[in-house]
Amino acid sequence: MTSQTKYILQAVSFAGLALSAFSAFLVFGGILTKEAYFRLMEAGMLMWFGTAVFWIRKDH
Amino acid sequence: MNSSSKSRLIDRLDALYEYDREAVDEGKLYGWRTFIAMFSSEHIAGTEFVLGTLLVMHGVTAFDVFVGLAVGNTLAVLSWAFMCAPIAVRERLTIYWQIRKIAGPYLTIIYSGMFALILCLLAGSMVNVSTTAVTLPVNILSPNYAAGQTVPSVPWILTAIGVGAVIAVLAVLGFERLAHFAKVVAPWMPFVFVAGAIVSLRSLGVTGTGNFWQIVNEKIWTGIPRPGQIHYGFWHCVGLAWLCNIAQHMGMGDVTIFRYARKWQMGFCSAFGMFIGHYIAWICSGILCAAFVHSQLAAGVSDPNPTPGNIAMFGAGYAGIVCVLLAGWTTANPTLYRAGLAFQVATPNWRRWAVTLAAGAIMIVTACIPAILHYLDRIVAYYGLFFMPLGAFIFIDFWLFPRLGLARYYAEQKGLLMSWPAAAGWFGSFGICFLLSAKDQYQSMGWINNILPAFLANYKSDLFLQVLPAWLIAVTLYLVCSLIQQKMSPISQEQTK
Repeated sequence: MTSQTKYILQAVSFAGLALSAFSAFLVFGGILTKEAYFRLMEAGMLMWFGTAVFWIRKDH
Repeated sequence: MNSSSKSRLIDRLDALYEYDREAVDEGKLYGWRTFIAMFSSEHIAGTEFVLGTLLVMHGVTAFDVFVGLAVGNTLAVLSWAFMCAPIAVRERLTIYWQIRKIAGPYLTIIYSGMFALILCLLAGSMVNVSTTAVTLPVNILSPNYAAGQTVPSVPWILTAIGVGAVIAVLAVLGFERLAHFAKVVAPWMPFVFVAGAIVSLRSLGVTGTGNFWQIVNEKIWTGIPRPGQIHYGFWHCVGLAWLCNIAQHMGMGDVTIFRYARKWQMGFCSAFGMFIGHYIAWICSGILCAAFVHSQLAAGVSDPNPTPGNIAMFGAGYAGIVCVLLAGWTTANPTLYRAGLAFQVATPNWRRWAVTLAAGAIMIVTACIPAILHYLDRIVAYYGLFFMPLGAFIFIDFWLFPRLGLARYYAEQKGLLMSWPAAAGWFGSFGICFLLSAKDQYQSMGWINNILPAFLANYKSDLFLQVLPAWLIAVTLYLVCSLIQQKMSPISQEQTK
C-alpha cells in the first residue's frame, strides 16, 4: 500500500468516526431526527470498517 | 490420584508454559503504543453494556457514579503501575512461574483450573450479550431475569448455541485474523457508546449543562434501587471499578503482559482501558439503560428489559446492534482460547481442539443462564477476591521477604509440591472475607453473627468493600505462616540456588 493510499483510507476512517459523533450532537441540538441519525451511524460504521481494516496493522 | 499421575499432571502444566520459563529477552520488549492499544481494546468488552446498566438498577446516585468510578479506576491504574508492572519488568516471568515458585505446583494447578472455569463463565456472559443483539432483529425476546424469566426460550437458546459454536470453532482454528479484527473494532466502539448516550440524554430531557445534573439525578442515577436489587452507594462504585480487574493488577495476572514492557511506568497505560472502558462506557451504558426504560414505561410496557441489545438498538440503531455483537464476540473469543489453554492441564491425552470445544460447551451453557448477567457484578467481585491473594504473595515475596531476612521462592528452593503458608493465606483470606460478607447478605448464613464477637457481628460489609481487608488478611496469614515455616525448616546452603 502506498503512503498516499494509506492517508486516503485513514481520512475516510476518521471521517466515519467523526460522522458518528457529530450526528449525535445534531440530534441533541434538535437539528436531526433520530431516524436520520441511525442512518448516519450506519454510514459512519461502513466508512470505518470498510477502510480501517486495511491500514490498522496486525500484531506480531 | 497416585503419585505418578500427579507428577504427570505437573509435567503437563510445566510443558504448557515451557516457552515462558525464561525471562523475556531485551530485544523483545515493547513500547508505550503497544500497551495503550492493548489496554484500550481489551477493556471495552460486551460486558460494559451490562455493568453500567447494573449500577443504574442498584440505585446509585450520579455523584456515586462520576466520582466513585473515577476513584475506583484511579486506584486500579495505580495498582497496575505501582504493584504489578514494577515486579513484571524486574522478574520478566509469567504469573504461572511466579506462583509456581512461591506456592508450588499443586496450588498452581488449582489456580489454573479455577481460572479456566471463571474464564468460561465470563466468555459465556459475553456470548449472552452478543445473543441479545442477534435475537433482537429477528424478534426473539431475550429473557428478563428481573421479571422472573429464569430460563430463556428455545429459539433464544438455539441462537446462543449458534453464536457460541461460531466463537468456539474460531477459537479452535486459531484467532489471529479475529485478533486483528478486534483491533479494528476497538476504536469505533467508544464512539457508538458516546453517540448513543448523547442522543439518549436528549430523550431524557437534558437540553444543556444547565439541567444536566438535575435530570441525571432524577431520571438515571436516582439513588433508588429497582425492586429486588441491593442498594449500592459510593463505595460500591469504587469497589466495583477497583475489583473487577483485581486479578490482573493486585492479583498480578498482568505480569505476564508487562514482562514485555520496557519500563515499569508503562503500567500507567492501563488508564486508557479503565477510563474509556470502565468509566466512559459504564456511564454511557447507564444513560442508555435509563433512557430505554423511561421510553418503554412511557409506551406502556410494565417490565422493560434493558438487555445490551435493546439499549444499543435504542441509542444507536443497527450500528448499536453491531457494536454489541462485536463487543461480545471479539472479547469472548480470546477468553475462550485462554480457558482452553488452562483446561488442557487437567485433560490427559486430549487434543487442543477437543479441550477448547469442551470449554466452549461450558461457555454455551453459562450463556443460557440469565442469572449470570443479572449478578455479573457480584461474580466479578468473587472472582477478584478469590484470585487476588496469590498476587499479594508475589508482592510480599518480592518486596518484604528479603528485608525480613526470609528466603524468596521458598517452595521452589525446597522442592515443595505445595506451600502451606500460601494455601493458608489464599483460602483463609477468601474464606474470612466471604463469611464476613455472607453473614449479612444471605439469610441462611445469619447464624454466623451469633457466634462472632460483637465487633465483628456489627461489622456490616459487602463484597465490594473487601479489597483492602482481603489483601491485609492474605498478606498477614502468608507472612506469619512463612515465618513459622522458615524458622522450623530453614533453607540450607545446598538448597540455595
